[in-house]
Amino acid sequence: MKSWLTTTDHKRIGLLYFWTAFGFFLIGGLEALLIRWQLARPEGMGISAETYNQLFTMHGTTMVFLALMPLSAAFFNFIIPLQIGARDVAFPRLNAFSYWVFLLGGLFLNASFVAGPLFGADRLSVAPDAGWFGYANLTSRQFSQGPNVDFWLLGLQILGIASLAAGFNFIVTILNMRAPGMRMLRLPVFTWMTLVTQFLVITAFPVITVALVLLMFDRFFGTHFFVPSGGGDPILWQHLFWMFGHPEVYILILPAMGIVSEVLPTFSKKPLFGYTVVVYSGVLIAFLGWSVWSHHMFSAGLGPIADSVFAGTTMLIAIPTGVKIFNWIGTLWGGQIRFTTAMLFAVAFIAMFIIGGLVGVTHASPPTDLQQTDTYYIVAHIHYVLFGGTILGLFAGMYYWWPKMTGRLLSETLGKWHFWLTLIGMNLAFFPMHFSGLLGMPRRIYTYSADLGVAGFNLASTIGAFLIGIATLVFLVNLLRTYRRPVTAPNDPWGGATLEWAIPSPPPVYNFTVIPSVESRMPLWRTERHAPMAPLPERPPSPIHVPGGSWWPMITAFGLPVMAIGALSHLLPVVIAGALVVVVGIYRWAYEPFEM
Amino acid sequence: MAHAHEAHRTSMGLDSRKMAFWAFIGSECLLFGSLISTYLVYKGRSLVGPYPHEILNIPFTSFSTFDLLMSSLAMVLALAAVQRGDMKQGKLWLLVTALLGLVFLGGQFWEFSHFVHEGLGLTTNLFGSTFYVLTGTHGAHVTVGVIWLLTLWIQALRGKLGPANALTVEITGLYWHFVDVVWIVIFTVVYLIQ
Repeated sequence: MKSWLTTTDHKRIGLLYFWTAFGFFLIGGLEALLIRWQLARPEGMGISAETYNQLFTMHGTTMVFLALMPLSAAFFNFIIPLQIGARDVAFPRLNAFSYWVFLLGGLFLNASFVAGPLFGADRLSVAPDAGWFGYANLTSRQFSQGPNVDFWLLGLQILGIASLAAGFNFIVTILNMRAPGMRMLRLPVFTWMTLVTQFLVITAFPVITVALVLLMFDRFFGTHFFVPSGGGDPILWQHLFWMFGHPEVYILILPAMGIVSEVLPTFSKKPLFGYTVVVYSGVLIAFLGWSVWSHHMFSAGLGPIADSVFAGTTMLIAIPTGVKIFNWIGTLWGGQIRFTTAMLFAVAFIAMFIIGGLVGVTHASPPTDLQQTDTYYIVAHIHYVLFGGTILGLFAGMYYWWPKMTGRLLSETLGKWHFWLTLIGMNLAFFPMHFSGLLGMPRRIYTYSADLGVAGFNLASTIGAFLIGIATLVFLVNLLRTYRRPVTAPNDPWGGATLEWAIPSPPPVYNFTVIPSVESRMPLWRTERHAPMAPLPERPPSPIHVPGGSWWPMITAFGLPVMAIGALSHLLPVVIAGALVVVVGIYRWAYEPFEM
Repeated sequence: MAHAHEAHRTSMGLDSRKMAFWAFIGSECLLFGSLISTYLVYKGRSLVGPYPHEILNIPFTSFSTFDLLMSSLAMVLALAAVQRGDMKQGKLWLLVTALLGLVFLGGQFWEFSHFVHEGLGLTTNLFGSTFYVLTGTHGAHVTVGVIWLLTLWIQALRGKLGPANALTVEITGLYWHFVDVVWIVIFTVVYLIQ
């Protein structure tokens, strides 16, 4: 127990990230099922408008910040040091700090579900209820008097610290901790996409931090940053939010694209088609991702020039994305394809992402977007890219790397059940939303009338959502089965080409007995110019120093929710106590003996 | 620590802590960029006074700016002294840097209380809100820097800071210079270009 609380081992932190994020993924999924239950028939199934607002807000916030980002982070943590031939990340304690901040921030946000009585509310749940985008003026004290939005803005500030700390850590790890010969253009694509993602994290999160701080001043101290009566402009919130929010979309999808770029070559027994172009496309997507934020705001009335510019940049992004898709298909072409579960998810990723992407191009055009804004058509789009894209990509990664992470193979039979139920479920859930949206069904409204003619589509979506729920249970059983009835995995169960497959499953605490020298992009495969890398010695030729654990990352992290609780209950001494914990933690951390 | 670091080979030849700090500074640019943009967006949109030209005292703030610039000079001298192992000078200049930072903070405290006295509170108008949040965030950064510098100074007094820790001092300097540069931008945007 103590060894887990104080761990600085990237592999253990990776597993902690995985299980915590998977837990939040189940909570976010449960919220989705309640939403779909309510929408199963016209006029609803009895969930109140207030509860419904909380459900869709927490569903979005949880899935984005507590499930998808940290599930990607689980792979960053576990896989990146292995792929670049390192013994750990650059800053092991900072890495532990990121995890604890993430866990505590997530618990803080979700505590709002049961915190009502503490704030004198007449209901149990005071969860955030202004949408995951928190548009002004919905969030102003005038229209949201309870602590709901406070939970949201404080929780997201805490989570931002976790993401930023991890961002600095992984940028330095990838740039600075590579094994000899691991040049930048020999890095596995997953590592590359992680690097690009972290640059987006460290540039996008400060912007949302500022937006949240300004909102905090509005709500706690009575400023008018977003309050029109004092001259403030609610549109400024939209700009700041989407300046973060659009890069965030790529923060969510690029890691999944990286995973797919690992899985497809392995199970096609072919190198990735056009590696360099795939890498540069990822970089270009990130750059362009910074220039498109206002396409979320076409209906705000920014004027024809702004609309045209942002429509143009948005359509441009389809080019590098399309390039990647053709490269993935090119990788499959002529390969010796093995349809393992990981491969099925990766191929489904391509297909579903194409649907999501094409739908996305339709709302790059302002005139059509004005018809689509705030309808279920947009909900269909984001779920095709974030579920059909990110989550299918993450599932591919789970089946691919689970044997490496735990030393145990997942059941392929259960895996295939999981895959087909997920694929059928998601298409049944999300495809009809295109129609209900175009027929005029607004999103974020807790009921709809039978006259709208969308009852059939909604029932189909609900059945699909519950199929996804069953599929996820199958996956959970599959995961737990590896603990109950383990099937031992060899070093390289799939015949992968990258360094993580050169070492035992699960890897020893020091990862590599000797740090390998890398001569090609696919060190374990025979290429035209290079023989496969010689196997590493089974035992380290000389003792390897492994950093010990530390309590201070966790203790420092603990100060942050204390500060947030103080702010939430307007108790300055509690805020100061939390700040003191952070300060003491940082000093003890900085001056404790910790040999790298 | 120093010993452990020398033993580490890095792929880019740049120390990992320094690289992380450069990334952090890049991230901070976006933080201050967002705050300065907010200030500019709301410039001239206050519904009631006091307005900037009625209240900003350029000669006084020019002195504060000069003070902060001199603290950067002192920081450079501190680092140079630590690098050549002259800890006597190193201690002196670390303390001078921190004290100049404290003078700046004192000036900001005087300025804020003077403005409040003149009727410009945090919530008076958009100018007040944007001004206090922007310059206050900068002041918080200076405060962190002063605490950091004083920590190093105390370490030096206890004989625990030497040429082997030059990198720590260099990173402190990176932070201090960055905070200084941000102030130059704020001084120009808020005070000089009205």
